[in-house]
Parts: sequence; C-alpha cells; structure tokens
Amino acid sequence: MTEKPKLTKKDFTSDQEVKWCPGCGDYAILSATQMAMSKIGIPPHQVCVVSGIGCSSRFPYYVNTYGMHSIHGRAPAVASGVKLQNPELSVWIITGDGDGLSIGGNHLAHILRRNLDVNIILFNNEIYGLTKGQYSPTSSPGLKTKSTPYGSLDRSFSPAKFALGAGASFFARTIDTDPKHMIEVFQKAHAHKGTSLIEVFQNCVIFNDKVHDEYTNRKTRDDYTVRLEANKPMLYGKDQDKALIQDGFGFQTVPAAGNEDKYFIHDPSDANLAQILTQLDGTNGPIPLGVIKEDKDHVYDEDFHQQITDQKNKMPPADIKSLLFSGTTWEVN
Amino acid sequence: MKDIDQVVIRFSGDSGDGMQLTGSQFSNTSAQMGNDLATFPDFPAEIRAPQGTVAGVSGFQVHFGSIQIHTPGDEPDVLVAMNPAALKANLLDVKKGGTLIINEDAFNELGFKKAGYEANPLEGLEEDHKVIKAKITTQTKEALKDIELDGKSKARCKNFYALGMTYFMYSRSLDPTLEWIKEKFAQNELLQSANTMALKAGFHYAETIHAQANTYSVASAEIEKGVYRQISGNTALAWGFIFAAQRAGLELFLGSYPITPASDILHELSKHKHFGVKTFQAEDEIAAICAALGASFAGALSMTTSSGPGIALKSEALNLAIMLELPLVVVDVQRGGPSTGLPTKTEQSDLNMAMFGRNGDSPAIVLAAKSPSDCFHMAFEACRLSLEHMTPVILLSDGYIANGSAPWKIPDIENDFPSITPQFATDEDKKEGFLPYKRDNEKLCRKWAIPGREGFMHRLGGLEKENETGNVSYDSYNHELMVCLREKKVAKVCDFIPEQVIEGEVESETLIVSWGGTYGSVHEAVKKFNLEHDKTVAHVHLQYLNPLPKNFESILKQYQKIIVCELNRGQLKEYLNGKFSLNALGYSKVQGKPFKVRELIQFFGKEV
Repeated sequence: MTEKPKLTKKDFTSDQEVKWCPGCGDYAILSATQMAMSKIGIPPHQVCVVSGIGCSSRFPYYVNTYGMHSIHGRAPAVASGVKLQNPELSVWIITGDGDGLSIGGNHLAHILRRNLDVNIILFNNEIYGLTKGQYSPTSSPGLKTKSTPYGSLDRSFSPAKFALGAGASFFARTIDTDPKHMIEVFQKAHAHKGTSLIEVFQNCVIFNDKVHDEYTNRKTRDDYTVRLEANKPMLYGKDQDKALIQDGFGFQTVPAAGNEDKYFIHDPSDANLAQILTQLDGTNGPIPLGVIKEDKDHVYDEDFHQQITDQKNKMPPADIKSLLFSGTTWEVN
Repeated sequence: MKDIDQVVIRFSGDSGDGMQLTGSQFSNTSAQMGNDLATFPDFPAEIRAPQGTVAGVSGFQVHFGSIQIHTPGDEPDVLVAMNPAALKANLLDVKKGGTLIINEDAFNELGFKKAGYEANPLEGLEEDHKVIKAKITTQTKEALKDIELDGKSKARCKNFYALGMTYFMYSRSLDPTLEWIKEKFAQNELLQSANTMALKAGFHYAETIHAQANTYSVASAEIEKGVYRQISGNTALAWGFIFAAQRAGLELFLGSYPITPASDILHELSKHKHFGVKTFQAEDEIAAICAALGASFAGALSMTTSSGPGIALKSEALNLAIMLELPLVVVDVQRGGPSTGLPTKTEQSDLNMAMFGRNGDSPAIVLAAKSPSDCFHMAFEACRLSLEHMTPVILLSDGYIANGSAPWKIPDIENDFPSITPQFATDEDKKEGFLPYKRDNEKLCRKWAIPGREGFMHRLGGLEKENETGNVSYDSYNHELMVCLREKKVAKVCDFIPEQVIEGEVESETLIVSWGGTYGSVHEAVKKFNLEHDKTVAHVHLQYLNPLPKNFESILKQYQKIIVCELNRGQLKEYLNGKFSLNALGYSKVQGKPFKVRELIQFFGKEV
C-alpha cells in the first residue's frame, strides 16, 4: 500500500514572484493559507481560488492551484458558478474591505444568504491600497485620506454585523500577525459546510499603517482581544486574568479570579450570542477573535444538485427529440 | 363562403382581458388547420395598466393564410376591440373596408372618458368599415347563467366568446381550443364548462347574425412536408441551447436575472432540470454573467440571457470572458432603448453595444437570429462557435421574434446539425508543463483545461498576460501581440460560418441589406416589390455580424446602390459605410414595432 505523499506549503506555492509591498500583512495571510491547505490535505488541482480586484486579489497568482483573478467585487458571483458547476472543488474567495463590502457588497450578501459551501477570506485594512490610499467602507469616521482631506464623513461598516445580517452560517475573525491562529481558523472554515467568512485584520504599511495596532502590539494585544474557543470561558488579558461575563444584552469585564461561577461559555452555534459578540467592536471591551458563529443550515450547492437529481429520477429519460415533439404537433403531407 | 388566401386579425382589449391567450388560441388552431402564419403580441410594460385606458391596451395580431406568410401583417383586416381604448389605439391601423368586432357593453360614457373620447366613436365608423356590434360581456354572462360562478368570473370568459365569433367567421374548427380548455381546466370543472360554453355561444351568435353575411375560408398553405409545431423565439433559443449542450457532451449552465423580454428563456430552461440543465437566478445582471463565467471556467456550456439594460451591466464581465478566452454565450433580446426605454416593444438598437460596448480593443463574435424558429438554429450556432473558438458569442434576438411565434418544421436533429467539438487540454499538452495560452494555428484557440484535472493548474485573470504562459505581463510589445491575437482569433471565425446567400433578384442594381429579426418583413417586401416593378432589387440578410461572411464584401461591391433597413437609427449602415467605404442609404424605424411591408415597398419605389 502506498501512502499519499504528504502535502507541504511548497505544493501550494506558484512560480510567480510575489509583488506586495515589503512588510505588507498579505504575505503572512498567503503563507497561512498555503499552510492551512497543505494541512487540510486537498490536492492542489482540486482547489480553485477566485478573487476580485485590489491588493489582496492578486492572491490567486501566487497559489499553485486553479485560480481566477476576476473583476472588482464580483468574486463571490464567479465562485458561485465554479462551485455550482463542480461541487467537488474546494473553492476559496479572496477579497478586501473595498472589494467585498463596497463595490461587491451585494454579491457578498447574497452568497452568505444562499450558503454555498465556499470559504471567503476578507482582508480588512480599512483603506484602498491599490488605488493609493482612499478611505474604505470599514475606515473609521473622520479618517483623513487623499479623498477625504478634511476627514471621512462615512459611518463604518462592521463585517461581522454585515455577515450575520445576511444570514452567514460561519463567521470568524483572525489577525495577520498570528500565523498559528490564522491557520487554525482557515482549517475550521474549510471544515464548515456552507459559506465561511473570515475577516482578517490586515495591516497596510503604506496607507494605513498600524490601524490594528492595539490588537497586534505586544503591550496592548492581550487586553484588547479575546480568543474565543468553543465550550471554553471567555478569558483574556496577559495571564488570562479577565473574564467576559453576561450583562443584560451585552458583556462586562470582571476579574477572572473569584468569578468562576459567572463565566460565560462560548457556543458558536448560539445565534443570539453571536449577535451580541458583534457588538464588541474594540471600543467597549476586547475584540473577539476566532470562530464567532458556526451553525448548520441548508447548503445551496447541495440542494441545487439534489433538485436536478430528483428531477432526473422523476422524469422520463431526457430526450431532445421528445422535447421538440412535445405539445401540439401536426403533419403536413 | 368566400375563399381568400390570407387574413390579418388583431385581438385587442385591456391588459387583463386575456387577449394574448385569445390570439395564441386562434394561431394554434389555424396552424393545426394547415395555414402558415406569423404572430405579433404587443402588450404594455405594466402588468395591469389602468383599466380602460389606451396605455393599458394589449394586442395580439395573427396573420394566417394559404400562402407562405413571412410577417404578422401590416394592416388588420379584422379588429376585435373589447373596449373604446382598444378601438382608439388600433383603428388607424385597420384596413379601409376592414371589419370591426365591437364589444358594445364597454362602449359607454365611462369607457369613452377613460379612452379619451369626447363622443361615441362608433358613430360614422360604418362609412369605412364593416362594424359588427355585440354585447359580448352581457351575452357571455347570459350564456353562463346556469353555471355556479360569480358574475366577475363569468365576465372573464368574454374573450372566449369573442374568439368563438372569429372562429365562425373564418371557419375555424373549435376542437383544438376545446381540447386545450379541457386540459387547462382539468382541475376545475366549472371553469372548464364556462369557457367551453362561452366559446360555443360566441360561435353560434356569429352564425346567427351572419347567416346571410360572408364567411371566409382560408385553405391550407403549400408548405414543405414534415411534422410541424408552433414555437416562439424565446422557447426556440432555450431548446437550441439544450440541444447544443447535448451535442457537445457538456452540461448547460444558465446564469440569469429576470428582465423583459428575455425572462421566458430563464423560465423555459428552469423546467428542464432532468436534462441536467443548471439554472441560477442571480442577485443581479452582473452576478448572472459572472456565475456563468465561473461555470464556464469549471467546464460548462455557459450562458447568460438578458436585454439591453442588463447587457450594459454585463459589459465588464463580458470583457473579462474575452480576456480569459473562455466560452460564453450572451443573449440580448433587444427592446426599445435607451435606458429602460420601451421594455415590451421591439428594436434593433443594441447592435453598436454588441459590437463595440466594451473597454479596450475587444472583439466578440456577434450573431443575430432572423425569425422565431431560426432562434433554435442560431442558439446552436452561438454555442458551436463559442465552444470551438474559446471566446464569447453575443446572440441578438429582439422582442418581436422572442414573443412572436410561427409554425416550425421540426428539424432532423441527427442529420441537420454539425458536431460541436471543444478543444480540451490533453495529456500531450502537459508533458512539458501546461501552457494555458498556447494556441493552435487553425483557429488561434487556446485549450480548455478544467479545474479538478491533475497537471493543468493555471491562473487566469483580467490583467494582460504573457503569450503562451498566461502569466501577468505589462510588456508593451507582448500587449500589442495579445491584442492582435485576440482580434485575429475572432476574425478567423469567418472560415467556419456559412457564406452569405443572395435572395431577391440577384441581377439588380440595388441591394437591400437587413439583419436579425426583420427578415420576414424585408423578404416579403423584396418579393412583392420585384413582382410589381420592372426595376428589381437583390437582398442579403445577415445572421453573422461579426465576423461578416467571407464573401460579403464582394457581394456589396457588385451593386451600385445599397439600402440598409434596420429598426434603429442606422447602426449597421454606419458600420458598413465605415468598414467598406460605401455610401449606403438607410431605412430606419424606431417606433417599437416591426417594419410594415408596405412602408418598405414605398421606400424602395422612391429610391430604386
């Protein structure tokens, strides 16, 4: 018996030179994705990576699988066609905050609503990078950019609230400075049946450097983030010394010690809990990282093919001639 | 009984009066009785426009005869007007001396007001027309008095009463419609008998009042032997696609978004899932074409169906398909434009958009169907060219042929159509590493390598790519090479399409050029013109617009005068004038309606 050779990151690395800016968070996300794919163990020819337009969307060129760098905002629609035509493929969508939530907001909403079995990695750097620094739909109000010299007037989009509002069956958040966490989250996303949306806090060194600084620098990160794990209490802080506990329809932070009886246990299948967790946006407690929501629901591509199978079983064998001769015909002699 | 060779009837009423159904019943019956025919449904964009107003008038015209019929007819011989608005909207079209069947019940003060008449329009009508007044609503209700239905439901059967009257007048058999009623209302006996009784009552009423008057008999037409059916352009497109997919051995994927007048293709294909047809109603026009393109990448025969405003939205994704060099069929069922324009009316004004509506030098194959039944053939052709040449095809239809129907001799699918052979990547192609943009010499086509196959992994994208490898390249000379390769590839398609046929009198000084859905009218006009005049005309009708047939230029150069007839402001004319340095004249019409044979003949008479 010959065992399949184990896949490594190299199997998922294309021969193309990667052309992001030095120090860009995209490198780490690319590497984590390649690692996750090799750990998952799907052969590269059964993977298809589809992207839109933007810095992050150059991603498919660097992954040695099938791939398509499509048009701005439309990757979810292109990927839907790929998945519906061949449900055996592992389909990954790469998008950014501008691509996915601005020009492509409609398609992102609808793929989440339909719940196709695909994985979406949304690189959120709160800025337009490839067009050289305009504010994006996730930028903080007041942000001064080239297109908003006096400060942005837009209220910002929360990808988490957007996802849950659209009926996402899986939403997770991770961060470009933590490869181990990214790899874990990507593997979980792949294991989930249905659309998995992963928001990655990604740093743009050129146009919006340190936008996620409080979640990434060693001094503050432990106090500003909470790592969620299913069936575990929500503890955070340098020595896991703080606990998030329920407070009406929200959370409050208490010392971990002495409050064991009030610990709140994370359950990604609890839709109400997921809703409350989306309220935590970094201004009112730590920001949750990890799988925020995961529940089972109808998977569109499965139902799509089941309906075809059902019709094939129900109807007489498909015959083009009987189609042409169906209904009223008459003979001219 | 009088024998005549052709009749045009227009059924006209409120958009809720069932005129489309009445008209299609009349055509089905006539087709089954061996007549040749053409139909023209003409209805408002609103589902139920304000009752009784001219805006809400819905019409269905049938032209049937014992001769070959190419158009739905210029002027109705008979107008059925279910209310004053229907009379107002159509009276000017009716032939002098023609017959008007009037539903007297609707001709009251309220009806006149809604239609915008100040006085009773029936007064004085008899001077130029034969007027048959009938209290159609009252008589229908009276005929159904013993049926346990409410008054409103009874009144709704009045269209079958009117249909019955026309059946008597043209000696139609009641059987096909009776059979249809039986099937349609199999679950509802009350409606079954109500409609049956209304049809018969109308027939008998006409018999009674016209006992002394003329009735007409239209003999069977001399048509080619074979088995026939009725088909509309939209249904024919859908079936043509299913057939092409089967012929190519591929699954059919449709990404579509509802839009008038193209939605019926989505409806029809959605019914045939047992053929393995995949239909995806996307969230918008853009997603529809993008999903189709994704499915094409993954190995489907893919298509998207829409109309002008939707095609405008799709142009970016269509351009991506041209760049990726993947097969994709894009159907544009043209309607009046610009913008939302005239959603339910016909026009040919998307030609420029199909030819040029994309950024960059971006050629697409452009085809146009010429009649409802030709849609089957052209759907097949669109799929064949797209799959065998690895590039998108835009197939132009229009509102007139999409909704109009005509008898169709069911083709011999085994022998009447060529094979479709897409070029898939083979093991040979991966021996030294697969090159996704390596081309063959004959067609300049790249190979189709479908995700899931080992050894052919590649990345496609909208960025310019290096020749052969497909890797991103910004090299200026490579870009020029690739632009020219894509251009040549489409130009080479002319070696794989039929040569242009000349109709009419080949030996003439003047050539009439037409394209797409106007074939019936122009063909008929040319035929009649040549019969009536000493100076004759030749005619070419284009179905392949880009590339043009190989012999097309030499045909143009044979004629001293060229007249291009089209339902737009001269788009093909301008194109030909520019491309071939011609001085062609145009005959243009943008009224949301097909050409009338008479207006074409008049123009030819003036110019030839």
